[in-house]
Amino acid sequence: MTFNHKHLIDITQYSADDIMLLLETAKKFKQVNERRVKKVPTLKGFTVVNMFNEPSTRTRSSFEIAEKRLSADSLNFGGSSTSTVKGESLVDTVETLCSYKIDLIVVRDKHAGVPRKIADVSGVSVIDAGDGKHQHPTQALLDLYSIWERKGSFDNLKVAVVGDIGHSRVCGSLIPALKIMGCEVTVVAPPTLLPARPDILGADHVSSNLDEVLPEMDVVYMLRIQRERLEGAPYPSLREYNMLYGLTKKRDALMKPDACVCHPGPINRGVELDSFMADHPGRSIILDQVYAGVLVRMAALYLLLGGSNDGFDA
Amino acid sequence: MEDGNVKFICMDSDEIERALTRMAHQILEANHGAADIALVGIVTRGDLLAMKLAERIEAIEGVSVPHGKLDISFYRDDFATHFAPEVHSTDIPFDIDGMTIVLVDDVLYTGRTIRAALDALMDNGRPASVQLAVLVDRGHRELPIRADYVGKNVPSSSDENVRLFLEEVDGFSAVEILEMASGQRAGAAPMTNGGE
Repeated sequence: MTFNHKHLIDITQYSADDIMLLLETAKKFKQVNERRVKKVPTLKGFTVVNMFNEPSTRTRSSFEIAEKRLSADSLNFGGSSTSTVKGESLVDTVETLCSYKIDLIVVRDKHAGVPRKIADVSGVSVIDAGDGKHQHPTQALLDLYSIWERKGSFDNLKVAVVGDIGHSRVCGSLIPALKIMGCEVTVVAPPTLLPARPDILGADHVSSNLDEVLPEMDVVYMLRIQRERLEGAPYPSLREYNMLYGLTKKRDALMKPDACVCHPGPINRGVELDSFMADHPGRSIILDQVYAGVLVRMAALYLLLGGSNDGFDA
Repeated sequence: MEDGNVKFICMDSDEIERALTRMAHQILEANHGAADIALVGIVTRGDLLAMKLAERIEAIEGVSVPHGKLDISFYRDDFATHFAPEVHSTDIPFDIDGMTIVLVDDVLYTGRTIRAALDALMDNGRPASVQLAVLVDRGHRELPIRADYVGKNVPSSSDENVRLFLEEVDGFSAVEILEMASGQRAGAAPMTNGGE
């Protein structure tokens, strides 16, 4: 099958077949990453700009590693070192970059919609590396990859997404992606951390009682409590949050024996996730998720830049 | 890629078997036995041929030679101008350092697939030497590459396609010359799945 996308901005534009092709391609890149020579010449001559206007550790570093291992040239750009602080508009910045004959822009921005705007004005491929509270599609893909690798398939999987749904761009891509792959999704959060319309993400069930939900679940996806985005105290204390919504050692007994635990990182240990669960060898696939970040980003770059995609859009 | 009309069957199942048996003898003769030899086939037909050659070498010499498969998708030279090719698996379950590697492919044409395969192979280790075995050499080389072992030389026109079909994947074995429909791209390697 062919892959008819130029951008990776909105995961809901991707079909189950598109996503499976991405995951299968990522699996092939695993072979490359486990050789002594962890590099292939595929994207020799392509130039990728990493435009990170917001802090990032693992997303940014895994994109860079993915680009290097595919032999693309990359330019890291963004934050306070750029002309935006001198008042240059986003469109002018992008048009300037495009004058250098680049091929793809990876963009992280605190404002939702920036990747789409860049796609519209630049004419080059765009990957959304997280925009505001909107989407983070490569995160969803690496989550799917890790779940797929652990569980073997998405058939009949029950997945709980627990925590700060309202502030989470991870959810904005993850929940629709899980639904596209046919999983049954339950959202668990205190009512104050749910978006105004929780149904908008397409989850099958919404609950505020973690203990009730846990025994049914095959995958428990814990979201980070985003202290930097919290104002107006949606819950009384971090300790109370941990007691009611944290994945504690005590809750291990409530879970299916083969249930696994995901987290997008960075972890607030002792808040949403106790160390016992974060480091649990039988349950935690958190480090697999980090590794999968390189694999799915290599797959996305490979498939998006492959061939002349003129006439197709995300 | 749509198959064209069959113009000519240049090898039938028996001829393929006989050619492989001869090639197995030639490999053993040229290398003075089977010591330190390993066969690496290029997917998606060369890997099956490598397995068949390994079986014959074992039958003749009484020693088993390691064999594996190599995918060249990430090493192709036409990535920028065509859709990203479907990626297959590389599986070389042995250390190639210091080995005599016989690369195996179905049809040798422009030589570009072999160029890519050599690069891919070198990124997996450092063989002592590399030899090339192909079932069919159809000519039209664009790079300075030649095969050490050839099943059959098949003169062909560049608007024809030469394809190997194998019992294991196609239900029958033959090498056929196909007429390409207009607009089809001549090439020795697949853009999607399948052989040619």
